[in-house]
Amino acid sequence: MLALRDRQDKAAFAALFRHFAPRVKAFLMKGGASAAQAEDHAQEVMATLWHKAHLYDPTRASVATWVFTIARNRRIDAIRRARRPEPEDLPWGPEPEPDQADALVLAQESNRLTEALAQLPPKQRELVERAYWGDLTHSELAVETGLPLGTIKSRIRLALDRLRHELR
Amino acid sequence: MTEITHHLTDDLLMDYATGTLPEGFALVVATHVSLCDDCRARLAAYEALGGSVLERAEAVALEDRAFEATMARIAGLSPAPRPAARPRHGLFPAPLQDYVGGDLAAVRWRPLGLGVRQAVLPTDGSAKVRLLYIPAGAAVPDHGHRGRELTLVLQGAFRDDEGRFGPGDVEVADEELEHTPVAEAGQDCICLAATDALLKFRGIMPRLAQPFFRI
Ligand SMILES: [Zn+2]
Repeated sequence: MLALRDRQDKAAFAALFRHFAPRVKAFLMKGGASAAQAEDHAQEVMATLWHKAHLYDPTRASVATWVFTIARNRRIDAIRRARRPEPEDLPWGPEPEPDQADALVLAQESNRLTEALAQLPPKQRELVERAYWGDLTHSELAVETGLPLGTIKSRIRLALDRLRHELR
Repeated sequence: MTEITHHLTDDLLMDYATGTLPEGFALVVATHVSLCDDCRARLAAYEALGGSVLERAEAVALEDRAFEATMARIAGLSPAPRPAARPRHGLFPAPLQDYVGGDLAAVRWRPLGLGVRQAVLPTDGSAKVRLLYIPAGAAVPDHGHRGRELTLVLQGAFRDDEGRFGPGDVEVADEELEHTPVAEAGQDCICLAATDALLKFRGIMPRLAQPFFRI
């Protein structure tokens, strides 16, 4: 990602494309898009990734998180046809030379969170995944399954808290 | 700015991160996060969980020439501009300014009586979001809720049974809460409030106020 960010490296982009484009397509289809729609939007998400690469800050988000936010915003815009109000950028913006130690810690904590998600019992994991696919809100999920998301969240709470601490 | 003591709930931050929060509520969340480093970090953690969900998604094959098609799209677009680090002037954070079309001076207030004013902001209609202007010392009519109400203070302060809410503080009210927010003396209070259902007012005031509020 940094090769793309700093040098617009096409080979680096091709590698990101191979990894993320099929996942973005899956993500959008889970959220209710048709295969054709999801294909179109996945390509657009990847094109946006290229054009926003210079704004990527590895001390604030993993690449997967960055791609997720672009795909999510595309879904809100295209499928829900709503605007997405975004928080103001931090006054200092993305650092030209991000601190490598900070970026490493963030990457490690992000991996830990992915592991914590993988280790949830399947039903609970599915619930979290459906929330992020944009399928259902939080309270709709609780109604549908009879499971309050809070109890599930407590299992990934530790990983979330560690990450939150690093992001401060 | 004074210390923020009333923050967003985990439910709201997670729904904002997943992108399922109605637009009006999302505007209040984005505006609070602009003012609050604490909630910004909590939000980033929920977005990271979205990254984990994406990472674990079972890949669906793209069409044969998808990469070439994407490179063609890239060639047809210009790079996103780097947002200028803009020191904030005025009262409203950037997301709110986008909806108002400027800062405080650009707000098109409508009187609600007794010096209270409101300006409803345009959204997709899934929730209603408005700016409220409450003169120092004045009360907002007593009301309960049929749904959630999210109120963010931008200037001044108000008090109700739940405590004192100053600049940057956000009150999350659900159906149970019936409250009468009163603006503190000294400075007029300006709030950004989102509701996802009609408010129900009590007593005689309600029948008078409801048509005006159009809430
Ligand atoms: Zn906060």
